[in-house]
Amino acid sequence: MSDSGMVNLTIEGRAVSVEPGTSVLEAAKTVGVLIPHYCYHPGLPVAGSCRMCLVDVEKAPKLAPACATAVAEGQVIRVHTEKARTARKGVLEMLLINHPLDCPICDRSGECELQDFTYQEGPAESRYRDPKRFNPVEDFGGDVVYVPNRCILCTRCVRFMDDVAHDPVLNVEERGDRAHIGKFEGKDLTHPWAANVIDLCPVGALVSKDFLNKARVWELDRAASVCTGCSQGCNLVVETRDNVVMRLKPRPNPEVNEFFICDHGRLNYRWMNRRDRLESPAIRGAGGYEAVDWDVATAGAARILKGKRVFVLASPNLSNEALWLLSRLIRKSGGAGAFRMPNGSEAPLPGVVDLALRADRAANGAGAELLGMTRSESPLGGLQAGDALLIVDHDLAPEDVAFAGRASAVVVAGTAMPAGLERADVLLPMCNVVEEDGTFTNLRGRVQRFLQAKAPSGLARPSWYVLSGLCTALGDSAEYFSASAVFDALATEHTEFAGMSYGVLGLRGRRIASQADAEVRA
Amino acid sequence: MGYPYKPHASETLVLSTHFGDPEARTLKGWKDRGGYRALETALGMDPAAIIGVIKESGLRGRGGAGFPTGLKWSFMKPDDGKPHYLCCNADESEPGTFKDREIMRWTPHALIEGCAIGAYAIGAETCYIYIRGEFTEPLQRMEDALAEARAAGIVGRNAMGTGKTINVWVHKGAGAYICGEETALMNSIEGKRGNPRIKPPFPAVAGVFGMPTTINNVETLTAVPHILNQGGAWYKNFARSDNPKSTGTKLWSVCGNIARPGNYEMVMGFPFGEFLRDICGGALPGRELRAIIPGGSSVPIINMEEADRALMDYEGMAAVGTMLGSAGCIVIDNAQSIPRQVARLARFYAHESCAQCTQCREGTAWTTKILERIVAGNGTAEDLDTLLDVADDMTGKTICVLSDSCAVPVVSALQRFRGDFEALITKKTVHTVPVVVS
Repeated sequence: MSDSGMVNLTIEGRAVSVEPGTSVLEAAKTVGVLIPHYCYHPGLPVAGSCRMCLVDVEKAPKLAPACATAVAEGQVIRVHTEKARTARKGVLEMLLINHPLDCPICDRSGECELQDFTYQEGPAESRYRDPKRFNPVEDFGGDVVYVPNRCILCTRCVRFMDDVAHDPVLNVEERGDRAHIGKFEGKDLTHPWAANVIDLCPVGALVSKDFLNKARVWELDRAASVCTGCSQGCNLVVETRDNVVMRLKPRPNPEVNEFFICDHGRLNYRWMNRRDRLESPAIRGAGGYEAVDWDVATAGAARILKGKRVFVLASPNLSNEALWLLSRLIRKSGGAGAFRMPNGSEAPLPGVVDLALRADRAANGAGAELLGMTRSESPLGGLQAGDALLIVDHDLAPEDVAFAGRASAVVVAGTAMPAGLERADVLLPMCNVVEEDGTFTNLRGRVQRFLQAKAPSGLARPSWYVLSGLCTALGDSAEYFSASAVFDALATEHTEFAGMSYGVLGLRGRRIASQADAEVRA
Repeated sequence: MGYPYKPHASETLVLSTHFGDPEARTLKGWKDRGGYRALETALGMDPAAIIGVIKESGLRGRGGAGFPTGLKWSFMKPDDGKPHYLCCNADESEPGTFKDREIMRWTPHALIEGCAIGAYAIGAETCYIYIRGEFTEPLQRMEDALAEARAAGIVGRNAMGTGKTINVWVHKGAGAYICGEETALMNSIEGKRGNPRIKPPFPAVAGVFGMPTTINNVETLTAVPHILNQGGAWYKNFARSDNPKSTGTKLWSVCGNIARPGNYEMVMGFPFGEFLRDICGGALPGRELRAIIPGGSSVPIINMEEADRALMDYEGMAAVGTMLGSAGCIVIDNAQSIPRQVARLARFYAHESCAQCTQCREGTAWTTKILERIVAGNGTAEDLDTLLDVADDMTGKTICVLSDSCAVPVVSALQRFRGDFEALITKKTVHTVPVVVS
């Protein structure tokens, strides 16, 4: 070991310097060498059993499993020697002897590690001439279906349930080539985080009921996003086809959700595709709502709000950008803003520190409070008679509807007409979270970006654009033409966000300094 | 040879002296035959001195690997502040091997004494005897003897009145071959699925319950009291003069097509041909010996020319391209189909593979399917090459050696008896005597 405390070695001719105790497989990743593997997953304990990651270690007589071999000073690792390639080819041939070649009807096809590595370095043909093993498909409960014929027994699912979810449901049943994944008697994959086994499965053995036969993965477009299911702020990939969200997948972020998302977040996407959206700006006239131009609608809303105290009912799922623009509007009119936080029961993932489906079931409660909105069980309680009410994508409870009656005027900016609202004077259609760019602040003060994944519905505009237009119409001098510009202005005004920009946040986000420091001190 | 026959004059009885003598099973009977003297001596000695005697004796592991026992014990660091464990591997499941079974059936106290000495020597207060699930009678004998030994204060919290704690427990397996692999055995003791663990860490660093553990075979531990009673030098003398590396006596389990199957206790280095033909009585009437698997089913199969040249110790067997292994000797005569025997062995390994490693899980089953197809007369010319290729994929690439053990009989049989396989593929008859079909 060198003086720096780092271990220096060579992998595929590239110099590597990593912390002691790092596996060869992880060390190789740092220099862009992906050693093929199946049973290894960075979020799970090492099994070392698929034998796919065998590499040549100079001076060692036998090939070593890269996942279970710790780096050593001066080690010389070769991944693509004849010996190592032959061994891995042998493993691939063995994995395929009982694996059906049903890729055309397999949901995993296109994102299957068995496909990928077979294309990369597997044998072109099998020498296997005997019948394949057959086991029937089994419902594992939750969102998970098990297709045992495709299973390669990597046991990632078993280890996830045992060591991460701490809910031992799965096991390896039988021995030899009869082995398959089984459930313990009377148990099902009902753990709130159980569907992660689908993402962990390197092949099509564990598939999602929700996504089953819905799309071929190569037809999907992908965008980085953040889950709106709770205040944890798990990082997501939103996958769409033809402007329809088909599924949500976890996006690794060691600071927030490691590699996982909960089932609640995973399956909470159908509202993103809802068809009863506000699609055109409108003004209420004698004959009901009249579709108008954006300019007319914005000017109309400004006319109504001007000179009045504006009370804002803002959804805790609005972006920081939208909330900040609202806070400017509130300040200017001397009004107030509030929101109600939807609630549910908390469901932790015990194997990961500080990761849970939180009781606060919205993404940006922390951001809303930081930007001056009041969290309340009765958010319209503070609405004064004569106030102009601006409802920004917030649902109305029956009692809210009664309160809303007190308002002198109602402007609705949002994705849909709030249920129960009798009348609004102006409707301003907004994009939902997967149709716009923005940032959320999670419960630990981590500010994270989400990116547009699909086209807006109808004439809807991004929330920051709608609200900055409204601010301008109300006399604000600044004009913004991108979400990042709004964020830059926000960061200049609020010290908590000082130094942040979309470039700085990247796709993993950054924590608000004061809060992080306060916790370190504590 | 012990029970049920009289020993042969060329045998050297140490461990098997009391085989067939029901009185030796009882505590009183065992004490009358000199039992527990060695334990008394040992508990008065420094543990390092015991390890010294074992090292001097040259005793090597009798389970198959032949690792020097004294050296293995010396890996256990005294005063490391951790509880140490001794595991006795009584999961004798290797096809062809049945020596430990007889030790436990006839001299259970000898094993308990060996375990107690071993535990004391490595600083362990707990010894687990992991016994094979199918061993119902040996299990009963062991439990009876252990109850007697506990009641007499030989083992327990105040072993032999010395104030030292040596607890011995018998743990019954569920009948999995793989649980004879040392780390799978430890998982099984811990209540987990008996899957072998990745090494390192080795058991001496992190074994059962993550603590330093030594694991020894039944025969190894049973030899220990004799060595302590009579001295390391005495044991060391049981060797051929030109090979001091293999010492002592070895129990040979002989089965298959041989006139007198059974357990034989032989001095290391005895000529193998003489052993088979004279002591074991040679071939059955009208037959000829054709092939031998000398050390349990996991070692290379050899032909009679090699067997006649071989000497019965670790190095002597290695010299003819096979291994001493567990000395479970399977004899095959000219009335057997060697491909069929090899297919049967492969089927055993395919059944017993723990299913962790890809090459083993799939390879053992694939090997079996090919071999059974050849035996059924549906083999093709490419099958033999495929078998060798698959065997190569299965060798030296997995967590434990079960996969290698399946490949070994296949490769060695193809090296020495390829004609038998080719004949089945080309449908020619090679056997002069009708092949036994049962």
